[in-house]
Amino acid sequence: MRELEVKTLSDMSIKIGLEVHCQLTKLKSKLFCPCSSDYRDKEPNTNICPICMGLPGTLPTLNKEALFYALKVCLALNSEPNKRILFFRKNYYYPDLPKNFQITQYDRGGGVPFSSGGVLKLSSGKEIRIRRMNLEEDPAKIFYEGSITSSRYSLIDYNRAGIALLEIVTEPDMSNPKEAREFLERLKGLLEHLEVSEPDLEGAMRCDANISLMDGTRVEIKNISSFKEVEKALNFEIARQKALISKGIKVKRETRHWDEARRITVSLREKEEEEDYRYFPEPDLVPIAINEEMVKQIILTLPELPEKREKRYVKELGLSETLAKVIAYDRDLMKLFEDSLKYCNLPKKIGSWIVNDILAYLNRKNLTLKDLNLDANKLAKLAEYSEEYKVSDKKLKELLNELISGKKNFLEVLKTLKKEELVQKDEVLRIVDSVIKSNSKALEDYRKNKKVLDYFMGKVMEISKGKIDAKEVRNLLKEKIEEIIK
Amino acid sequence: MKKLYHLPYHELRRKIFDKEIKVKDYAQEILERIKERKDINAFITINEGILEEANLIDNKIKEGEKVGRLAGALIAIKDNICTKGIRTTCASKMLSNYIPPYDATVIERIKIEDALILGKTNMDEFAMGSTTELSYFGPTKNPLDKERVAGGSSGGSGAAVADHQAPLALGADTGGSVRCPASFCGIFGLKPTYGLVSRYGLISYANSLEQIGPMAKSLKDLSLLLSCISGKDERDSTTLPLKDFNFSFEKKGKIAKRVAIIKELVEEGLQRGVRERFYSALEILKDMGIKISELSLKILEYAIPCYYIIAMAEASSNLARYDGLRYGLKLKEGMENFSLYISKIRGEGFGDEVKRRIILGTFILSAGYYEQFYIKAQAIRKIIRKEFDRIFKEYDLIISPTMPSIAYKLGEKSKDPLEMYLGDIETVSANLAGIPALSLPCGYSSNMPVGLQLMGKPLSEGLLLSTAQEFERIRGENFE
Repeated sequence: MRELEVKTLSDMSIKIGLEVHCQLTKLKSKLFCPCSSDYRDKEPNTNICPICMGLPGTLPTLNKEALFYALKVCLALNSEPNKRILFFRKNYYYPDLPKNFQITQYDRGGGVPFSSGGVLKLSSGKEIRIRRMNLEEDPAKIFYEGSITSSRYSLIDYNRAGIALLEIVTEPDMSNPKEAREFLERLKGLLEHLEVSEPDLEGAMRCDANISLMDGTRVEIKNISSFKEVEKALNFEIARQKALISKGIKVKRETRHWDEARRITVSLREKEEEEDYRYFPEPDLVPIAINEEMVKQIILTLPELPEKREKRYVKELGLSETLAKVIAYDRDLMKLFEDSLKYCNLPKKIGSWIVNDILAYLNRKNLTLKDLNLDANKLAKLAEYSEEYKVSDKKLKELLNELISGKKNFLEVLKTLKKEELVQKDEVLRIVDSVIKSNSKALEDYRKNKKVLDYFMGKVMEISKGKIDAKEVRNLLKEKIEEIIK
Repeated sequence: MKKLYHLPYHELRRKIFDKEIKVKDYAQEILERIKERKDINAFITINEGILEEANLIDNKIKEGEKVGRLAGALIAIKDNICTKGIRTTCASKMLSNYIPPYDATVIERIKIEDALILGKTNMDEFAMGSTTELSYFGPTKNPLDKERVAGGSSGGSGAAVADHQAPLALGADTGGSVRCPASFCGIFGLKPTYGLVSRYGLISYANSLEQIGPMAKSLKDLSLLLSCISGKDERDSTTLPLKDFNFSFEKKGKIAKRVAIIKELVEEGLQRGVRERFYSALEILKDMGIKISELSLKILEYAIPCYYIIAMAEASSNLARYDGLRYGLKLKEGMENFSLYISKIRGEGFGDEVKRRIILGTFILSAGYYEQFYIKAQAIRKIIRKEFDRIFKEYDLIISPTMPSIAYKLGEKSKDPLEMYLGDIETVSANLAGIPALSLPCGYSSNMPVGLQLMGKPLSEGLLLSTAQEFERIRGENFE
C-alpha cells in the first residue's frame, strides 16, 4: 500500500519538456541560399554554394517560402506569430558551422521568437502547451569513426548546412515518457498533414528532452534519434534520478547524451560549463513584418486538421471514435480513407478495413502503407463489389487479406469474388431444394397460411448456419414453393 | 607632357571611342606607372589578364559592337571586395592565399559595363584602421609625401587614384574608410546611403555600417561609377528597392540652399590649417548663395564609442569563420584538436589590431555586458539617426572637414589605437545614420590636401554631387 502511494506521487511530479527540431523538407531550397533542400543521397559536399559555406563576403537572404511554412505550423498549433520576424546570430565555434555562428531567432536581448504559445492535444484530451517556435539554419553533418569520443577524425558534410529548421519548444507538461512519445507522434502527423515536412526521412525530426523529478533539478538529454528512443531515454533517466534521490544524492543540473547502443545517458557537460552564445541581431537580414492579411491567406490554405477531422468522421460519417481517431491522426491512412470515399460511399466498411485489416497487417509485418500494392481505387471497388456480390464476411476478409498481403492481385480477387458468389448461389439452391423436399407437410400448410414461409426460412438458415443472405433465401424459397404448389 | 594616365576617365573614354587610343596601350602605360611607383605600395595584386581583357574591349570597339558605360576603365578594387579568380586577401595573412570562386555584385555590375579589374588595392587588415599601415603587405604611402600615410582603410585605392596608377577605384567605408584616404590624398570619395550599393561580396567587417563607395579624380567619374554600381540586389536584403540610378552631369542639378555646420564637429581638435581651409570653403559656399547656420548636436560626443562598440561587436562575429578549415591559411599540424587548431590559426593569421577588435567585440557581446554596451550603443545610434532626420528637415546638407588633420606621418597614430579611433570623429556619424557623405578636396595645408565633407539625407547623392560640382566651379581650381 505504501509503495503504491510513493509511486503515484513520483509519477505525478515528473515534468518532461521537449525541444523538437524539424526540417522543412518540403521546401525547394535551403533557408538562406538557393541550394536544394533535398540533400540526402548526394555525394558529400556537392549540395553547397558560397553562401551556405559561409565564404567571405556572402550574405544570407531569407527563403520566403520557409516563412509561410513556419506560419502554417504555428497557426495549426494555435501559436501566436510575432508581428516582426527578427533573426539573431548564435555565436559558437564548432566545425559543423561554416560561419562559426548559427542564424536563428532569440527571445531575449531585443529579439522575439517566431511565435509564442500554442497547444497540442494528446488522445487523452490533455493539452501540451507550446512555449515558442523558431526558424533557424541546420548545421553541417559530422561523421565520426565509431563514436564521438573515440574517433580519430571527423569528416564534415556541408550538404545539410543551411537547411531550414523549425524549432518547437514545449512547456514541461508531459508527466511520463509515453506522453512524450505521443506528443511527438501527433506533432509528426501534423507536420505531414500540413505538407511542410517528411519527418520519416533520416534526421528530419530530431528531439532533445528535459526532465525533472519532484520539482527537482532539470536535466537535458540530447542526441535522441527516434520517438521510441525518446521513451527509452526518458525511462532510463527517470530510473537513474530515482535511484539517486532514494540514496539521498542530489541530481546535478547537466546536459546528458543518450547512448543508444549502451541504452544509457552519459554526462556531456554541467551547467557551469555551458557556453555564452553572445546572441545579437543578424545585421544582414532586415526585419520582416507579418501582417494580418498574410495570416488570413495562410489560414485559407490550411488543410483540415486532425482534431477537426476526427470529429467529422464520427459525426458525419458514422465512424466509431476509435476508428476515427486512428485514421484522422495518421496522414497515410487518412489519405487512403479519404481517397477511397471519392470512389464509393461506404465509410464504415472502408474505415473498418483500414484499421482492423490493413493497419493490423502493417503492424504485424512492420511495414508502411507505401510497401503495399494497394490504392484507394481498388479498395473502393472491392467494397462496392462486396455489396453487390453476396459473399460471406469470412470469405470477404480472407480475400481482403490476400489482396493486402499481395497473395492475389486485384483481378484475381475480383474473379474469386464472382466465383465465390456462384458457388454460394449453388449451395443455397441445393439447401432450399432439400428443405422443401423433406418438409412436405409444411408445404401443404403453406397453401393455407403464407406465414409458414418463416418455418422454411428458419430451416434453411439453420442448415447454412446463417452464412447466407436471408433476403435472398426468402425470395428464392417463395419462388420455388409457389412453383411447386401451382 | 601629360601622359594618358593623368587623364580622368571621362576624357579617356572619348579618346577610346574616337579610336584615338587603344585600351591595351593605355593599360600598358598604367602597368608601367604602377611598376615605377611600387614604393607607394598601392596594390596587393595586379590582374594578370588585364592586357588580354583590354584587347577584347579594343576588338569590340573595332567591330563596332555596343560597349558599356565603363568601357576601358581600369578600376582599382579594394582587396576586401571579392573578385572571381583574383586573390582577395583583406590585407591579412589569414586570407593571403584566398581566391574567391565568385564576383561581388559591384564587380559583376562594372564588368557588365565593360570595365576592367586593374588589381586589388592595399588596406588596413579587414578594413580595421584609418591609415593603411596595418596591412600584412606593408603600409601604403601617401603619393604627395611618402613620409605620410595615405589614410585608410581604403588607402591603396586612394593612393592609386591620386598617384595616377588608376583612373577610378572602389573602396569601402565603414566609419570613413573611403573619405579618409580621399581627404588625405586629395581626391573625391563617396560613402553612399546605406542600402544604395550591394554589399554582396564585400568581406564583412561591420555589416550594419559599411558601404562600397567610388573614388575618383573628378566628380564626373565619381558619379558615373556610382551610377553603375547602385541599385537593388536580390542577394543583399539590406539594399533599398531602387533601380536605374543615373547621377548624370549633363544637366545642371539642384544645389543646396541651406547648410548646417555642427559645433561638435568643427570646434575642438581641428588642426589649424584644416580649420582655415574649412572656413574659406564656407566663404565659397556663401558665394554660391548658400545660407549657413551653426547647430549643436551634443549626442555626437558619443558617436565614436557608439561606432566602435557596434563595429567591434559585429566584427567579432563576422571574423569567426576564419578557422583554417575550409579556405585561407592552413596549418599542417594540430588538426586533432579543433579548439587548439583554430586558436593557433587565428593567433598566426590575424594582426594585432584585428585581434584587439575581436577580443573587444567578444567582450561587448558577452552575457552581462551586452545590455551595458551593445544595447546602449544601438539606442544612441537611434538617437543620432533621429537627430539627423530632424536637421535634414530644415537643412539640405551638413558640412564639416572630412578629417580633423592632414595625412598623419607614418607611425604617428598607428601605435596608439585610441588616438587613431578619435581621428574618425567627423566621419563615423554618417555610417551610424546610414546617410550619404562625400569628401572633396578644398585646398592645401602644409602642402597636403584637406578634404571637405558634405552629408545629406538618405538618397541625396545627387544633391551632394551637384553642390560639390558647383563648389568646384566657383573655386575655379580644377584638381588636375
